[in-house]
Amino acid sequence: MLPKIFFGYFAVVMVVLSLLIVTRKNPVHSVLWMLALFFHIAGLYLFLNAEFLAAVQVILYAGAILVLFLFVVMMLNLKEEVMGERFGKEWPVGISIGAFILVLFFFTINKFSQGPTGQYTIERIKAETHTKAIGSVLYTEFLLPFEIASLILLIAIVGAIVLAKKTK
Amino acid sequence: MVPLEWYIGLSTVLFVIGVVGFLIRRNILIMLMSIELMLNSVNISLVAFSHYLQDLRGQVLVFFIITVAAAEAAIGLAILISLFRNKEAVHTDEMTEMKG
Amino acid sequence: MNIFGFSVPAGYEFIINLVILLIKIGIVVGITMLHVLYATYFERKVIGHMQIRLGPMRTGFHGFLQPVADGLKLFFKEDIIPAQADRTVFKIAPVIFVFAALSSLAVVPFFDGFVIANVNIALLYVLAMSSLGAYGVIMAGWASNSKYSFLGGLRSSAQVISYEVALGLSLVGVMLMAGSLNLSEIVSAQQQHWYGMFLFPQCIGYFVFMVSAFAETNRTPFDLPEAESELVAGYFVEYSGMRFALYYAGEYIGMIVMSSIAVLCYWGGWTLPPFLLKALPFLAVVPGIVWFLLKVYFHIFLYYWVRATVPRYRYDQLMGLGWKVMIPLALANIVVTSVVRYIVP
Repeated sequence: MLPKIFFGYFAVVMVVLSLLIVTRKNPVHSVLWMLALFFHIAGLYLFLNAEFLAAVQVILYAGAILVLFLFVVMMLNLKEEVMGERFGKEWPVGISIGAFILVLFFFTINKFSQGPTGQYTIERIKAETHTKAIGSVLYTEFLLPFEIASLILLIAIVGAIVLAKKTK
Repeated sequence: MVPLEWYIGLSTVLFVIGVVGFLIRRNILIMLMSIELMLNSVNISLVAFSHYLQDLRGQVLVFFIITVAAAEAAIGLAILISLFRNKEAVHTDEMTEMKG
Repeated sequence: MNIFGFSVPAGYEFIINLVILLIKIGIVVGITMLHVLYATYFERKVIGHMQIRLGPMRTGFHGFLQPVADGLKLFFKEDIIPAQADRTVFKIAPVIFVFAALSSLAVVPFFDGFVIANVNIALLYVLAMSSLGAYGVIMAGWASNSKYSFLGGLRSSAQVISYEVALGLSLVGVMLMAGSLNLSEIVSAQQQHWYGMFLFPQCIGYFVFMVSAFAETNRTPFDLPEAESELVAGYFVEYSGMRFALYYAGEYIGMIVMSSIAVLCYWGGWTLPPFLLKALPFLAVVPGIVWFLLKVYFHIFLYYWVRATVPRYRYDQLMGLGWKVMIPLALANIVVTSVVRYIVP
């Protein structure tokens, strides 16, 4: 019973927070609600025994990506933003597409059946600590994707500097 | 024990909110944030699958998604800054250069 | 379960554990706040004597009651909120700042076995909380609707993001040496070696860590976010009364946390090096908390010492130092450490 109440709290709060993110007029408030959402997601990861991912979620998403957003939001002209219209003219189309996807997903969830389970039981992860377990998978089975991911980051760094630099 | 379907349901709802936010908002910044929201909802379902199927591959995929999200946010915000510098516009309907 | 001779019926153990946890939290927060009060007094005295002044002398014996007087004064001051400020964000910002600083204390082991939460990702948790602290600063700068605050907030966000990279990378050396992220296990891993402190093999990492810790806590020579001579007081100019006191306290708690992490990761925490204990066996009588506190006080003194001697950096120098010196140094340290660890397991 207790886990279900816990999950229910997280689910309700996360849905409310994400609605707040997409509807607030002031982008700074959106960013701050997103901060709260990221902390709840980290909490959910802890609930799913993924403690390392929870820490990574807070450090990377809340500590780096969101600060970047906040940085850019504060440089924009907010006075004008709060005056203007918040939704585009085509909002009924967007909402109907969203509703369609929602219905589609909920029909597929009913057809869901669980596949065979792997070897990383909760006891095993607890015995060798989550960080070690995830590291051993990441650096053996996923070594090539890991290297490619580092390349993606390098390209992003160079690209961001080239795009944002002032050209004279 | 919470059924796996609940997690997938939560993930779906968050994803749809992200999609709708991306489609209906005018501000490019909020649109970028909606993309982050969608990526996060996928992460939730991946971690839930990984927990229930007792396989760590789902969580490793989350790492790659976070990496790509960081790259995407950096590039997206850089484009936004250069756009704001050249056009003074952060709304999608103000960019009508290609309109015939 | 048995506590002080009373047997606890099964099913109530949960409540007993909760009460014990709450008492622990109370003790840690209370003692830390007392330390914060007297850290301000200590700072004024140390800097005073370094500049051939006396520091506070009037309130009590040698100004010993000065921090109490300051606290009372701040408590009774009027709380002013600027007219065009974003009121909610303005009110929440200092709370987030203090919350981030205080919650890092949850994973710090003060002596053998005394820690509120013995988690396996303690080091990452501390990094996460220090990145949360940046929000308190940025939000205060933005919500105050003042250009000085805003400049301070922008400077701080850039500075904290840059130096957090160096901070995290410098700790990777320790993680490689100890093979764990748990702070208690890091301390016991240091006891396995005859030198008993990671300070000696990780001297580069320690140097990078301390410089980044100074930048993370916005202390001189990296106090550009508050730079009182150019930005008045930076991000918290518009704050007064209790909210100002929260920022002030948060800064000192941040210093204590960073010093504790330095002590636990590089100075062997509450333990002494085995070679020293072999030479002077009577030192084993002294309890671990004394050594821990002495080492922490030394690091806090280091903060004051640097403040009294080193002038402030220029902003481009600060960024250049972070990205061009500290991060490459930390990366080189990681490479060397992992190669050595591979050869000598």
